[in-house]
Amino acid sequence: MRIKWVECAALSVMAALSVMTGGGSWFLALALGVTLLKCLLIPTYHSTDFEVHRNWLAITHSLPISQWYYEATSEWTLDYPPFFAWFEYALSHVAKYFDQEMLNVHNLNYSSSRTLLFQRFSVIFTDALFVYAVHECCKCVDGKKACKELTEKPKFILSVLLLWNFGLLIVDHIHFQYNGFLFGLMLLSIARLFQKRHMEGAFLFAVLLHFKHIYLYVAPAYGIYLLRSYCFTANKPDGSIRWNSFSFVRLISLGLTVFLVSALSLGPFLALNQLPQVFSRLFPFKRGLCHAYWAPNFWAVYNALDKVLSVIGLNDKWFGSAVPTHSPSLGDSLGHPHLHPDCHIGPRGFLRCLILCALSSFMFGWHVHEKAILLAILPMSLLSVGKAGDASIFLILSTTGHYSLFPLLFTAPELPIKILLMLLFTIYSISSLKTLFRKEKPLFNWMETFYLLGLGPLEVFCEFVFPFTSWKLKYPFIPLLLTSVYCAVGITYAWFKLYVSVFTDPPVGKTKKQ
Amino acid sequence: MEKWYLMTAVVLLGLTVRWTVSLNSYSGAGKPPMFGDYEAQRHWQEITFNLPIKQWYFNSSDNNLQYWGLDYPPLTAYHSLLCAYVAQFINPDWIALHSSRGYESQAHKLFMRATVLIADLLIYIPAVVLHCCCLKEISTKKKIANALCILLYPGLILIDYGHFQIMYNSVSLGLALWGVLGVSCDWDLLGSLAFCLAVNYKQMELYHSLPFFCFLLGKCFKKGLKGKGFVLFVKLAGTVVASFTLCWLPFFTERAQALQVLRRLFPVDRGLFEDKVANIWCSVSVFLKIKDILPHHVQIIVSFCLTLLSLLPACVKLTLQPSPKGFRFTLVSCALSFFLFSFQVHEKSILLVSLPVCLVLSEIPFMSTWFLLVSTFSMLPLLLKDDLLMPSVVTTMAFFIACATSFSIFEKTSEEELRLKSFSVSVRKHLPRFTFLPRIIQHLFIISVITMVLLTLMTVTLDPPQKLPDLFSVLDSWLINSVTSLRKSGRGDPRQREEAPFTR
Repeated sequence: MRIKWVECAALSVMAALSVMTGGGSWFLALALGVTLLKCLLIPTYHSTDFEVHRNWLAITHSLPISQWYYEATSEWTLDYPPFFAWFEYALSHVAKYFDQEMLNVHNLNYSSSRTLLFQRFSVIFTDALFVYAVHECCKCVDGKKACKELTEKPKFILSVLLLWNFGLLIVDHIHFQYNGFLFGLMLLSIARLFQKRHMEGAFLFAVLLHFKHIYLYVAPAYGIYLLRSYCFTANKPDGSIRWNSFSFVRLISLGLTVFLVSALSLGPFLALNQLPQVFSRLFPFKRGLCHAYWAPNFWAVYNALDKVLSVIGLNDKWFGSAVPTHSPSLGDSLGHPHLHPDCHIGPRGFLRCLILCALSSFMFGWHVHEKAILLAILPMSLLSVGKAGDASIFLILSTTGHYSLFPLLFTAPELPIKILLMLLFTIYSISSLKTLFRKEKPLFNWMETFYLLGLGPLEVFCEFVFPFTSWKLKYPFIPLLLTSVYCAVGITYAWFKLYVSVFTDPPVGKTKKQ
Repeated sequence: MEKWYLMTAVVLLGLTVRWTVSLNSYSGAGKPPMFGDYEAQRHWQEITFNLPIKQWYFNSSDNNLQYWGLDYPPLTAYHSLLCAYVAQFINPDWIALHSSRGYESQAHKLFMRATVLIADLLIYIPAVVLHCCCLKEISTKKKIANALCILLYPGLILIDYGHFQIMYNSVSLGLALWGVLGVSCDWDLLGSLAFCLAVNYKQMELYHSLPFFCFLLGKCFKKGLKGKGFVLFVKLAGTVVASFTLCWLPFFTERAQALQVLRRLFPVDRGLFEDKVANIWCSVSVFLKIKDILPHHVQIIVSFCLTLLSLLPACVKLTLQPSPKGFRFTLVSCALSFFLFSFQVHEKSILLVSLPVCLVLSEIPFMSTWFLLVSTFSMLPLLLKDDLLMPSVVTTMAFFIACATSFSIFEKTSEEELRLKSFSVSVRKHLPRFTFLPRIIQHLFIISVITMVLLTLMTVTLDPPQKLPDLFSVLDSWLINSVTSLRKSGRGDPRQREEAPFTR
């Protein structure tokens, strides 16, 4: 009976909210609509990440802090920073009302219906932070193009692109992860920087880093922007730095914020002398260059070429799995874009650099997960409703990025869901942005259109034709390889175009003068 | 149409909701020996594939009619045969004679769900989209919002994809909708053909037959009985006869065949009602045990008379003044009459009322939304039996949000908009202070929503007292009855409708 009370309580809250939408708020309707869709996705397939998080609930609930980063009963050891561990700890106190058994460290792969319900609901509810962040981001989008039609307003389009983002839906609510509220933190910090509330933005980002360290990829963008726009309090008339306006006070307050957050997070482990252990868990360089499934980045193309050459006989052996150990630093150094001073004028420039950082790290980084493409796609949505050029890059990036997530859901019942949702998001995003920028030149040239259309036949081949061919037994990795390489082409192209746009677009200060 | 992409998005969303609901359990899952409607459908594929046509409706050693015997018209059987051919291609074990009884597997469930989705995609959804595109005097945005609300109607989704009453309600309702579209747009022959196919798919579509007949008759009268009207009448009659003949052809070879099919389709041996259904008979029987008081044949006559009396005014009006708008309202009226007063009505028959109500959604949004919510709620006991609480509540809320934001229903509760103007004017002649009808209606709505929520909570969390095991279902039926009767009073009175007469 208990489970039904909880279900009823949760649904009553949403019912109350839905009555409020009778007042006609479109944003609330969109948010509630996607939340209801997430509830319908509860019985879908979930990956091993489900067990990962259940294990972390168990570890943080049942064991003292000193054991958290040493516990290894399960293969899914705690490898996120301490704030996430505290988050799981807080969740575990709610979890015990659902099913006490899930909090037992030895109950490996325990997944009763109540456990499933609790975990799924926890993701859905923590997404509330993401909804709030989207609301704040919409305020930063200027509605200069006065459209009376609601569906053509940039705010509306941005809300749909973010709230109903395909990647986030299937990674969080089917595959199972907690990216919603983390991206909420990131988008909120970006919104605060747009609103010139720099300290809050810095604080939020520092907190985010201690939730999930993957966001280190974009830390340079924050660092340089805050230095440039917050520590230097004034600009010369042409937009360049006024060197004598440097404010030490601001620099120190920023540093203090970051330091205090880090102290709160790592302090207990420093006291326990466990920092090396924590870092070894967070940065496992012993893993290979490529993940089990190749993220569609530069290394995937490199590996594929290598494999092809070795099969043909032009290579003596396949080097893909034997990349030298100094590659992490190679990945890192290639990952950071050249930091052009012009690209940091204004929050828009900062956003562009953030996306470039994320994308470059995706292209050349070490042991990149395919889900990391979301780190570039979501912030890019903010730029896409501003300029036609950005919209074009966003569409190529998001369509190929989202398609590259398809192999994550390989079960038959989920096949219609991923195809339908992908079509929904792709058709909506392309058409709405085309309508928004219909007075400017077309968003795609013939080459780009052809490439994007090619995703259809690729999907048909990989999912419907290939399984019935004789190659399935001999070369079972072909669909993954094809998907990875095809998407890598699109993502590389988007990365290149974005790089070019950073250096060729006129800086904000100069355009204002004209 | 402009903004085609929004319409496409709406259709894709509707399909996604349908498929995600279908991931849940189905009726009779894992419950031998009889299982449920899902097994019935699988069994029909087995029968139609393995046995010759002559044996489909007859009791024999291979075909035990007690175990989910065919009791729908031939078109359902042909459809089952088509699905059986596909099943045979994928996995013959699914429909092997006798040995496949109670067959349940993940792959088979996917196959069955997929057949429903494909049928929906080919028949029902295009009809809904076309209907919304053909609506007059509404902006494109409202047309798309209308389509969204109709496609999100929970009742049909939950029955076809959750409970799995795979009588493919979407097929019969879709064909009926094509019929309505054809007849409203002056493609009378095609429309009547589509409707005949609908009746031959599911005999319950006869609920809608009278309005079709009256509307087409009215059109013939308008054109003049001695000229074009007569020609039209003959053509329509020919179409109906031809379509029926085509569907029933294999059964006309012997008289016994046709009679047996009819006997299976109309089981008058069963009582006035079965189970707890939200119509007049069930509600009255709580106080007055009609089933015990009246003999069987009297029950049939009483039910027939009451049904006829309640739908006569609307049909007469439609014949005299045929118009597409009047036609839609008469469909609602007649279907509701049949549901409330007819014989052997099943809970799922509320869907036959819901479809016409969806068609008038753009004209009376408030009442239609209210009715559609209550109609979904009326099927709650059935859905709870199949463990579908979460999808039911979620889809209902989604539907409510869609309607509330699309039509701003709470703002449209003036007397004018509720079509109750003449009613309140006539009441004001006796009670001059009767100006607060809209407020009454709004309060009633809120009360009914709260009651529905409370009843749901109670049904789910508490066990009913032992003396009254069906307490909750009966309370549900009363609530629904009161709302539907209120709705009927708002529409059944022919003096209130002021639609423009049919013009050519």
